[in-house]
Amino acid sequence: MKGDGSGVETANVKMAMNPFCEIAVEEAIRLKEAGKATEVVAVTLGAAANQDILRTALAMGADRAILVETTEEAQPLGIAKTLKALAARESPGLIILGKQAIDGDNNQTGQMLAALLGWPQGTFASKVAIGDGRVDVTREIDGGLETVSLRLPAVVTTDLRLNEPRYVKLPSIMQARKKPLETLKPADLGVDLAPRFRVLKVEEPAARKGGKKVASVQELVDKLRNERKVI
Amino acid sequence: MSVLVVAEHDNASLKAATLPVVTAARQLGGGISVLIAGRNCGGAAAAAAKIAGIDKVLVADADHYEHALAEELAPLIARESAGATHVLAPATTFGKNVLPRAAALLDVAQISDVVKIISTDTFVRPIYAGNALATVQSSDKIKVLTIRTTGFDAAPADGGSAPTGKIEPTPAAAVSTFVGQELTKSERPELTTARIIISGGRGLGSKENFKLVETIADKLGAAVGASRAAVDAGYVPNDYQVGQTGKIVAPELYIAIGISGAIQHLAGMKDSKVIVAINKDGEAPIFEIADYGLVADLFQALPELSAALDQK
Repeated sequence: MKGDGSGVETANVKMAMNPFCEIAVEEAIRLKEAGKATEVVAVTLGAAANQDILRTALAMGADRAILVETTEEAQPLGIAKTLKALAARESPGLIILGKQAIDGDNNQTGQMLAALLGWPQGTFASKVAIGDGRVDVTREIDGGLETVSLRLPAVVTTDLRLNEPRYVKLPSIMQARKKPLETLKPADLGVDLAPRFRVLKVEEPAARKGGKKVASVQELVDKLRNERKVI
Repeated sequence: MSVLVVAEHDNASLKAATLPVVTAARQLGGGISVLIAGRNCGGAAAAAAKIAGIDKVLVADADHYEHALAEELAPLIARESAGATHVLAPATTFGKNVLPRAAALLDVAQISDVVKIISTDTFVRPIYAGNALATVQSSDKIKVLTIRTTGFDAAPADGGSAPTGKIEPTPAAAVSTFVGQELTKSERPELTTARIIISGGRGLGSKENFKLVETIADKLGAAVGASRAAVDAGYVPNDYQVGQTGKIVAPELYIAIGISGAIQHLAGMKDSKVIVAINKDGEAPIFEIADYGLVADLFQALPELSAALDQK
């Protein structure tokens, strides 16, 4: 936490790819390996340092990468607009994203992108099956699993159990350095990243006072029954 | 001020997650309309009309709304939001799927997982798996919010008699179809509304051993949850998962069995009123937040607990 309560300290913190996005990259590469896709393009939006993240995607097996470089902190709607502009340039048959970033925990960008493109969406995917002009997506929902069939092109967001991303080996990292990585500016895409909300403060939640131990099951049941009256 | 609440329902009945959203809507002030979009959804609409404190129920009944597909619901929500200042839905997989799509159609941001309303444009939401709370101020003309249901008390499901009006369905988008569902069938309470939850982790070791947890759940009338590790290992289905990316729960009593307490799990349960942890590793981080920790082998402790619950 920053001392002035304005946010979380990220200076000098080594950034890694968001775990849900790693799953998205892995799924795209598997589709290519299965002959269902011809090319995998990894894209992201952010500071120049994000080239490292894209190099990881290239080392995993993506064919090329695009960084939309900005030092502004983009919000989900702005990111979705950027991705829409990239989709217009690249005409992908399928866009796969992580369902949420584990810092902002927003869980919005894929849904917003699908809306802006007018494409169907398969969110929180645990299984993706490409068919003829359609994709069947099994989704993790509150009550269990649900399968939807989407017309292609479509947007998919990944849940945890879609796949296990591969480990990147050293030769792949060397190879990835030679793969194309293009850098664009939001202005090149004509995208408006103006923020729609601002963070007034960031604070730590009230700490929980735990740490008490009981010696036996009998003591535990006694506390729950007679002291806390919860059972 | 005019608030549109997008209700979660299964056509026949209203989901409990809708009720805390109404409470959040009432804190904003102004008129509250509850939108029921479904197929043959008269049951859900009738239940919505009884919620205390709402002003009207809008019912859109059409074949293409039957399975709450985001492609069909989002245009309807966007249309009905035109005159609203706020649009709210629960931060469940239903709301998380549908509402950002509607927000993008309206060209406005969404504020996800709101746990507190400060004013009509300022809200508190957890970030970093609940390790920080951000206060955010929206500058959009329509504020689109998903509401974390554990952050607000449920509005009374009875006592109201709001008028119900049919609204014209939006045309079918017809770009997606519902294929099927595999819902976990259980006689036990739902995780997100249960008064008591007992969750198991990797320490259980197998699907069979999870029965030890289920036995105790049934004696307590509790719901059964799990850590990600237990779900990944295949001990229980995905919808049991409690945590940052699973379900967020805050019951009266949460009992964690064989769960070490990764921050992603704690993010989903640390607002529970009373937390109990049973784990053989006395150093497990779960003990730091537990009100009552028992360092014990769960294969001895659970049968003992089961027997102790039988003695009144």
